[in-house]
Amino acid sequence: MATGPSPWVTSFDYEEKDLKVIGKNPADRSDALEKVTGRARFAADYNLPGQLVGCVLRSPHAHARVLSIDTSAAESLPGVKAVVTRDDFPDLQSEVAAAGELMVNYRDVTRNIMAREKVFYDGHAVAAVAATDRRTAKQALKLIRVDYDVLPHVIDVVEAMQPDAPLLHENQFTAGITPKPDRPSNIATQMTSKLGDVVTGFKQADLVIEREFNTKPIHQGYIEPHACVANYTSGGGGSAEVWASTQGHFVFQAQIAKVLQMDISKVRVNPAELGGGFGGKNTVYLEPLAVLLSKKSGAPVKMKMDRNEVLRATGPTSGTNTKVKIGVTKDGKITAAQAELNYQSGAFPGSALALATMTVFTRYDLKNVLVVGHDVTCNRPKVAAYRAPGAPMIAFAVESVMDELAEGLGMDPIDLRLLNAASEGTKTHMGGTLDRIGYVETLEAAKAHEHLKTPLGPNQGRGIATGYWFTLGNETSGTLNISTDGTAAFIYGTVDVAGGSRTVFAQMIAEELGIALDKVRVIQSDTSSLGFNFTTAGSRGTAAGGTVAVKTCRDAIVRMCEIAARIWDVDVEQVSWKDGHAVPAGANVGEFEPLSVADLAKQASWYGGTIAGHAELNVAGGGPGFGAHLVDVEVDRETGAVKVLRYSIIQDAGKAVFPDYVKAQFHGGAVQGIGMALNEEYIYNDKGIMENAGFLDYRIPVASDVPFIDTTIVEVPSPNHPYGVRGIGEVPIIPPLAAISNAIYDAVGVRMRDHPMSPPKVLKALSGT
Amino acid sequence: MKRTMKRTMKKTHVSTVINGDEIDFLCDPSQTLLDVLRDELQMTGTKEGCGTGDCGACSVTVDGVLVCSCLVLGVEAEGAEIQTVEGMAGPDGDLHPLQRKFVEHVALQCGICTPGLLIAARSLLANNPDPSEQEVRFGLAGNLCRCTGYHNIIKAVLDAAAEMRSA
Amino acid sequence: MNNTQYKAPASVEKAIELFSGAEIGGKLLAGGTDLLVQMHSDMIAPALLIDLKKIPQLRAIEKEADGYRIGAAVSGVELMNHTGFCTTWPGVMDGVKLIGSLQVKGRASVGGNICNASPAADSVPPMIAAGALATVVGPDGARIVPVEDIGVAPGRNSLQQGEIVVSFLLPNQLAGSGGAYQRFTPRTEMDIAVVGVAVNLTLDKAGICSHARVAVGAVAEKVLLVKQAGDALIGTRVQDDATDNLVTAVRAACRPIDDKRGTREFRVQVAGVLARRVVATALERAKGSGQNP
Repeated sequence: MATGPSPWVTSFDYEEKDLKVIGKNPADRSDALEKVTGRARFAADYNLPGQLVGCVLRSPHAHARVLSIDTSAAESLPGVKAVVTRDDFPDLQSEVAAAGELMVNYRDVTRNIMAREKVFYDGHAVAAVAATDRRTAKQALKLIRVDYDVLPHVIDVVEAMQPDAPLLHENQFTAGITPKPDRPSNIATQMTSKLGDVVTGFKQADLVIEREFNTKPIHQGYIEPHACVANYTSGGGGSAEVWASTQGHFVFQAQIAKVLQMDISKVRVNPAELGGGFGGKNTVYLEPLAVLLSKKSGAPVKMKMDRNEVLRATGPTSGTNTKVKIGVTKDGKITAAQAELNYQSGAFPGSALALATMTVFTRYDLKNVLVVGHDVTCNRPKVAAYRAPGAPMIAFAVESVMDELAEGLGMDPIDLRLLNAASEGTKTHMGGTLDRIGYVETLEAAKAHEHLKTPLGPNQGRGIATGYWFTLGNETSGTLNISTDGTAAFIYGTVDVAGGSRTVFAQMIAEELGIALDKVRVIQSDTSSLGFNFTTAGSRGTAAGGTVAVKTCRDAIVRMCEIAARIWDVDVEQVSWKDGHAVPAGANVGEFEPLSVADLAKQASWYGGTIAGHAELNVAGGGPGFGAHLVDVEVDRETGAVKVLRYSIIQDAGKAVFPDYVKAQFHGGAVQGIGMALNEEYIYNDKGIMENAGFLDYRIPVASDVPFIDTTIVEVPSPNHPYGVRGIGEVPIIPPLAAISNAIYDAVGVRMRDHPMSPPKVLKALSGT
Repeated sequence: MKRTMKRTMKKTHVSTVINGDEIDFLCDPSQTLLDVLRDELQMTGTKEGCGTGDCGACSVTVDGVLVCSCLVLGVEAEGAEIQTVEGMAGPDGDLHPLQRKFVEHVALQCGICTPGLLIAARSLLANNPDPSEQEVRFGLAGNLCRCTGYHNIIKAVLDAAAEMRSA
Repeated sequence: MNNTQYKAPASVEKAIELFSGAEIGGKLLAGGTDLLVQMHSDMIAPALLIDLKKIPQLRAIEKEADGYRIGAAVSGVELMNHTGFCTTWPGVMDGVKLIGSLQVKGRASVGGNICNASPAADSVPPMIAAGALATVVGPDGARIVPVEDIGVAPGRNSLQQGEIVVSFLLPNQLAGSGGAYQRFTPRTEMDIAVVGVAVNLTLDKAGICSHARVAVGAVAEKVLLVKQAGDALIGTRVQDDATDNLVTAVRAACRPIDDKRGTREFRVQVAGVLARRVVATALERAKGSGQNP
């Protein structure tokens, strides 16, 4: 597979026009009624007649060689219908593929879903059982004998990088270094991103600040545990049908097929309503096991994780160690910026390092940049994407250092950012230049925000931080069918990860076709009803999916213009489309009444047949989004507790198709960021066992932890989306860590550089002042 | 070779009223009410998020008391009256004001926490028809939501409360 | 695999008979908010579950001549809905209200909270500070046990084979009494106490503290009744010097561990902070409680 951005991509230029549907909040959301009545079907809500229940035996060790697995006692337990272990899965060679924002290697995917030579983390799957009920399946797990040779383990990223650290992969030699190192290490890859010359840049600086930061791993924390139902049929050379909780059913299809060495087209994946993913449901865990158990048992198999399994065995983010150094002139102009990023990838290589390395400083107009990153394996689950993967941790560092620089210069922190703000034409250290972006507009809106004018009390402080994230494009398909009554059904192939994209697709289709919003139905595809669609990741749902929705409409409009031409008996060039109607292209065409979609649909069968539109596009990425967050906190000096008093988000959405929903995404992202900043972390004991694998001690924010979140939508249209849409889902999780850290400093004068900024850490920092 | 089966499992017969309907079921004494609802009765509107009472997704009321159905045994439901999300809308399909306000205020995204939140909010308003923002926040603290940041949920509950008071 | 049996006896006698039955490992089920979690995570697979909620004595809240008596299986929500109890024992209710979410309190009982013997259980420090006495009934009859003597270590209590806690008596207090409990948790709700402190004190007519009991949770293998801390207040007007001594005594009594919920250092420090804060609340409540200043 070629790497890097494909030149063969499609985009539509933004056109400014009067909008009837887009930009207005629809009265109804197509998924909402089913969700408030309990009728929406999530993966665990599916059942097939005669289904068995599958359960997974998981490693109790952080790192061990698996010497032997004896399943005989489990197999002979009444009610047990199938047991699978590593021996049932073909070994796969190294082959890298995209799966959401992160890349996966099939050699590792097969080892992650079922341990082969070694277990690499507490919770790593070693066997799976299908039985008539859950209790029997769990009983069977206890009868499986696994002989382990326990090995030394390493969790912390800095420790894992040391030459004498316990080594996970004996054949892993750091890539990206020449010459190739002579001994293996946990550093899988070194990446460098460079612009200009930092040595010269730092010499021009009047003030240089360099700081080190650490963040603990965190989990996406979706409330719906992973679940699936699989049914394997041996007919026709073997095929499988799967209902799954997934952000990318086509990617799951490919992964299942690859891991089980089946033909991709013979695996059909139906995405269930998704109970939250945030990047964590981009890759398979249970699904291949369920298919294989179904194959072995000859019955459908349902599997679901419990919360303990979700936290121990599915993809959290990287724990990180970062160093950031920025130099400025006394006027506040940045002369050079440098960063070192050390990111855990977990059991197998492939963290969000590549994304983080590319995006560290993007939002500033810099001439001299050097970023060096390391992707480090350690005894934790293979990391998965989590909302702007890799970005919040490095923004914590960069935006904290920016705050210190502003203080050192005696400058307003927003002014410092404005002075160095990236804008259209700015060359980035990731390569390429930026299109029209809205960072300056966002900062100006932040500066004018009423939030900044309100006074603060004792032990209260205010912080600001900004963030940037791009918008993925990638393969996207869709079909639009116009029925004979002129209503439209759009079948989409991205996954509606949070219940918004169904509605925004309908809005775009209603806008394009000039029909009422309630005449459009939007339907989720399975993997057999459309061509390949990439995972819903990288904020691409509305942007790329919307581009496809628009393309299918324009395709159908071409067809409808043909039909109108036949009805009027004129050349097709003499028909144009205006306000939802076919109209004569000019006065000389003749006097014809405009024909609506309904008029045309009614006559289509005679004048050429069914009206439909299709799109199979490789959508161009782009339309980066920028956000600024303002936060007020109060610190309890005696306990170190930090309370968020007020929170404001200002973000460029390009164009908010469904404004209330855009705001809802801002709220959710920011509160995830607040949780990350203050309390969320993985806690391991000295044996490498996760100690807080439950929602009691893995503390995601509760309703009483947070205030209302104020939101301001800035709209600087993206030039390469037909409606100017920018991805908006990921940006709001990026600034909170730094914004809160800066606010704590403003409140009590301590700089928090170790995440989470939990009470014991804050209290300790305070006792040192 | 399978061992010969010695039958030891025996289920218990339980009679309940669920959402106004008389419903009987058989369950293992160690089975939770949540598992009974979802697996035995196919009432999948009640969701499982943790199984340990820490997320509230499985909230139902038992004899009018708000509980996590994962922390109640099916056998304990003998003679009890249970209400779940499936019974929230009126018999003619009219949404409960909370359901309507959740839709109106975009108080749900992925929707997995929604049934539990609706049940908990209804219970909250039954005990306190005019709650403050903080009372709603603390009253719903047992229901985790990862998507919304709670903002629109709190707005929807306060708005529904106002409407229900004026009705 | 054996089937779990479920019994819901209607009397204490029947419950004890079942519970002390020799052949099976029985578990008592009150609110079930700990038991079902342990069953869910396969920590236990009890052969017999004895549901205590059908025993009227264990469900009653009654004002007796000696004080308030609450059944061991009374749920948190039932206590919260009992205006008389809430008015009389606000300090105990500070703790009860913190036992998990409303959903959990709909089931969880003070009896369970105490018998499960978690050093971090929120209702235990205020019950100890209040001087609550448990009525324990077993095959050999009934005995009265101070609440502070029930918990021994995490998950281990001092009850003998076959014994059941039936009820708790919260003895009458003099006018001028007040109690309070506060805990520290990283979140505002849905958390286990990192440290919790309860105080119950009485001021005489002259405003002098005549009685004070201080209990501290999550700083040792069990909830501690810190006599020296209470003594630091007795005979004083509960002003700065006395509270400083109280804080010192509380911190001196702490012997916590480092664990996932907090460090040793943090717990000791914050125990003192909370002690000062709960005394302030208790003092206010004492002053508002009757004829005293």
